[in-house]
Amino acid sequence: MSVLEIKDLHVSVQTDQGVKQILNGVNLTINEGEIHAIMGPNGSGKSTLAYTIAGHPKYHVEGGSILLDGAEVLTMTVDQRARAGLFLAMQYPVEIPGVTVTNFLRTAKTAIDGEAPAIRTWIKDVRGAMTNLRMDKSFAERNVNEGFSGGEKKRNEILQLELLKPKFAVLDETDSGLDVDALKIVSEGVNRAKENTGLGLLLITHYTRILRYIHPDFVHVFVNGRIAEQGGPELADRLEDEGYDRFLVPEIVN
Amino acid sequence: MSAVPTLKTTPAPTAPPESTTQHGNKAHTDGRFGYVPVQTRSDRFKSVNVADFDAVTGREAVWKLSPVAKFTDLTAGELDGSVYPISSDPVDGVTVDWVDRSDARIGTAGTPEERAAANAWSTFEKALAITVSGEEAKEITVTRADLGASPRAAHVIIEAKPFSQATVILQNTGDARLSENVEIILGESSNLTVVSVQEWNTGAVHLTNHFASVGKDARLKHVVVSLGGSIVRVNPSVRLAGSGSDTLLLGLYFADAGQHLEQQVYVFHDAPHSRSRVTYKGALQGQDARTVWIGDVLIGNKAAGTDSYEQNRNLVLSEGTRADSIPNLEIETGDIVGAGHASATGRFDDEQLFYLQSRGITEEEARRLVVRGFLTEVIQQIGSPTLEARLQETIEAELLSSASLPAAVEAR
Ligand SMILES: Nc1ncnc2c1ncn2[C@@H]1O[C@H](COP(=O)(O)OP(=O)(O)OP(=O)(O)O)[C@@H](O)[C@H]1O
Ligand SMILES: [Mg+2]
Repeated sequence: MSVLEIKDLHVSVQTDQGVKQILNGVNLTINEGEIHAIMGPNGSGKSTLAYTIAGHPKYHVEGGSILLDGAEVLTMTVDQRARAGLFLAMQYPVEIPGVTVTNFLRTAKTAIDGEAPAIRTWIKDVRGAMTNLRMDKSFAERNVNEGFSGGEKKRNEILQLELLKPKFAVLDETDSGLDVDALKIVSEGVNRAKENTGLGLLLITHYTRILRYIHPDFVHVFVNGRIAEQGGPELADRLEDEGYDRFLVPEIVN
Repeated sequence: MSAVPTLKTTPAPTAPPESTTQHGNKAHTDGRFGYVPVQTRSDRFKSVNVADFDAVTGREAVWKLSPVAKFTDLTAGELDGSVYPISSDPVDGVTVDWVDRSDARIGTAGTPEERAAANAWSTFEKALAITVSGEEAKEITVTRADLGASPRAAHVIIEAKPFSQATVILQNTGDARLSENVEIILGESSNLTVVSVQEWNTGAVHLTNHFASVGKDARLKHVVVSLGGSIVRVNPSVRLAGSGSDTLLLGLYFADAGQHLEQQVYVFHDAPHSRSRVTYKGALQGQDARTVWIGDVLIGNKAAGTDSYEQNRNLVLSEGTRADSIPNLEIETGDIVGAGHASATGRFDDEQLFYLQSRGITEEEARRLVVRGFLTEVIQQIGSPTLEARLQETIEAELLSSASLPAAVEAR
């Protein structure tokens, strides 16, 4: 049984104005097979949490720890984290010139598994996953994310999620910019990945609409770089009705 | 980085030249307006005699992007024009020998447009002649590895007899301070591939002009691969002289810290139904890695029904580099099938590296993946499997050996 534990995580970034504190003691434990939704206002630090888990060099960890099955993730390089079983579906996936999707997927799969995938089953897996995500075959020969629309980039993230089979995935606003049809397709992909591998999910979102398709076990309200409240799925509905004002008030008073 | 296009049309074509631009942080498309006319490329001053050229200032159109102060010995000094060691294995249908200056082929493919080339032309004692005959496909590699470090002149003739076919690889290694002219002469319906590989030692300077004349229905594939050397300037100039002639000009360069790699490509469509494709791709990595690509295409008034397209793409792998990319298109006939160009310089940056690493790929592998992907398009088209495989390896080794790699992306 895998578990991802985030303990008292403090993170800052270097800005032109100096060091800016963003995460102020995040505590969160995700077990294999669980879905945790994180909701919170713009700028509250959700992406910072996601990038810190993945190891983006811009984010400086001031304190705390992230443990994957007891092993300290914070001392691992970015690629080691991925090979250990962590995956980040990015809010803004990056374009990679000169590298086709096919080539990229094969290289990533080989890196993660430590050996090249058997060619025939791999091609079948890739085709199948692309078909399920309604991605045209032609994407395979295009350069990664280059000229992809916002929605196509998100599908490409979920394609990787399905093929790379991580233990834990962080989905940073995978739902933003998707129309209803795309949202369903992408959600199905996430649910399929979970059924197939039993992965644990940290789903960052602003809206409850994706939660109609991907059902969270826990909902966390993220404000000012920490979790302000947690509950079950009903908390999401309450947030939708009430917004975040309730959580923001103390901050204004301070 | 700069991409300053010029477009000149005399007279106005009935069909506007198409212009495309694709990926890259920096790309351009040109319109038909607002460009300063340049001197028609075919009108440039030419002479085989060094004394006909003024001293090089660095302001001349052909020199303005080159570090001219670093090779005054080649533009203004005395050159050693003697015969030098070469090596090649015998191949049926290809002769390799030294010929006198009186050889009838000399001067038939082109004439120098600058002083270093004229200096070499005035000085060489014998020309190295590689002559291809016979219709079967064949490949020959001629290696020059012992040119020495003092300034030299050289002249090479590569002739493909009518209906002949071959791949000729000029493999350049070792030390060099070399100014040379290469004349490439394609007889009717011949099919010739010329690959010039520059893998010189670190301090080498090599200035070369390749003049090609492509006969009726003949096909020239010309490939420039510049990897090693301090200053390497290879300027291919191809005249599509016979109707139905065809050329594919490929280039591949990888500039490390302090290297200057330059190529000025010129295609002159001087016959009807001629076709040209130019694809040059370069990668830059390291402080003061510098590349220059200038692509001139002139579609002359005799060249009805031509089709041309040129593109240059650069991939920037680190800070501190500069890639100039300047396409020029001049059209003197209204009757063309197509004419277009594209130029783009893209950057491989930390965010891309992070993305690839976040999928389990190591930094080393990530760079290899990007560069390999980028350059493969050109390598694959060379058509010599052994050379293709070797170049792929060389480039990957170059990537790794480059001392200027930014610090690995690590957490904490
Ligand atoms: N590199 C940076 N330089 C300066 N400020 C930064 C940087 N990265 C993040 N921040 C700031 O840190 C705060 C948290 O940013 P983060 O992207 O984590 O928020 P978020 O909750 O994901 O917001 P959104 O809902 O808009 O995606 C913001 O105020 C943001 O401006
Ligand atoms: Mg965000």
